[in-house]
Amino acid sequence: MTWLLIGALTVGCYFFKASGVLAAGNLRLSSNGESALSYLTPAVLSGLIMVQTFDGGGTLEIGAITIGVVVGAIAACAKTPFPLVLVLASVATAITRLL
Amino acid sequence: MNNPLKALWSKEHKRDGFLLGVAVGSFGITFGVLAISAGLSGPKAAVMSLVVFTGASQFAAVGIVNSGGEPISALGTALLLSARNGAYALSLSQVMPNKLSRRLLAAQLVIDESAAMSKAQSNLQDAKEAFWVTGLSVFFFWNAGTLVGILLGEVVGDPLVWGLDAAFPAAFVALLLPHIKERGKRRAAILGAGVALLTIPLVPSGVPVVLAASSAAIVSWGESRR
Repeated sequence: MTWLLIGALTVGCYFFKASGVLAAGNLRLSSNGESALSYLTPAVLSGLIMVQTFDGGGTLEIGAITIGVVVGAIAACAKTPFPLVLVLASVATAITRLL
Repeated sequence: MNNPLKALWSKEHKRDGFLLGVAVGSFGITFGVLAISAGLSGPKAAVMSLVVFTGASQFAAVGIVNSGGEPISALGTALLLSARNGAYALSLSQVMPNKLSRRLLAAQLVIDESAAMSKAQSNLQDAKEAFWVTGLSVFFFWNAGTLVGILLGEVVGDPLVWGLDAAFPAAFVALLLPHIKERGKRRAAILGAGVALLTIPLVPSGVPVVLAASSAAIVSWGESRR
């Protein structure tokens, strides 16, 4: 993580917020546009989950990470507090690696 | 109890907004710990929470860099995740202050929590108050939590490193759950997951997530034809 990347993230994330605030009143999103924007977050998050869980460098791979993510997902669905979800996922993966 | 605090507590929307911020503190602590475990310096983690101030995007960027991803794909994914704040900001136009400088300041506080609390109010005055109380409370506790997490990360970080690459995707699962309560969003999530899985072996790393993002447009088009 470089300072340059942090700077670009700052500008980019603020850009969306500020352009929404500044355009308000002059621009109204169609209901289609609004729903597409609200669908973006679940679509990207779930894509990212798949990549980080199964991508073994250009091939699909089931391994220690997969075990940890499944454990974490079950914990999250059971409304376990957020920090604990991450600890459980991490520990499950670490144990699998030791086996 | 002194007067301002009493006034805050007696009004339900302000109290709820404040408490929502407190709850976000635990996410901030977690972000700090993960960032340190992923090798960020304390100042970088702290500055990120202060100036980026977009939870899911921060987790995504750090997680992608941690898993060896290119900076450009960390940036692209984080920005795709933050685009919804633009839609929130548009829909909050009446709640925003009139003065330009204050609008630009308020913009930084436009996030899931402040938008949801504000939109849940039935009159404009409550909506404005809910926006500011929630936004400022989340801002304070997200940053305070990050600082605590940074200190904690120096202590407990090492054991976490062993399974850190699973902690990030598990975090994304937990962050995803509140976004899939409606049918359309659930469909977008399922399609996005499928697209990513299918394209991982076919395209360079970083691209599957961008392709997954296109399912938002596809699902939106499909839902509009129903």
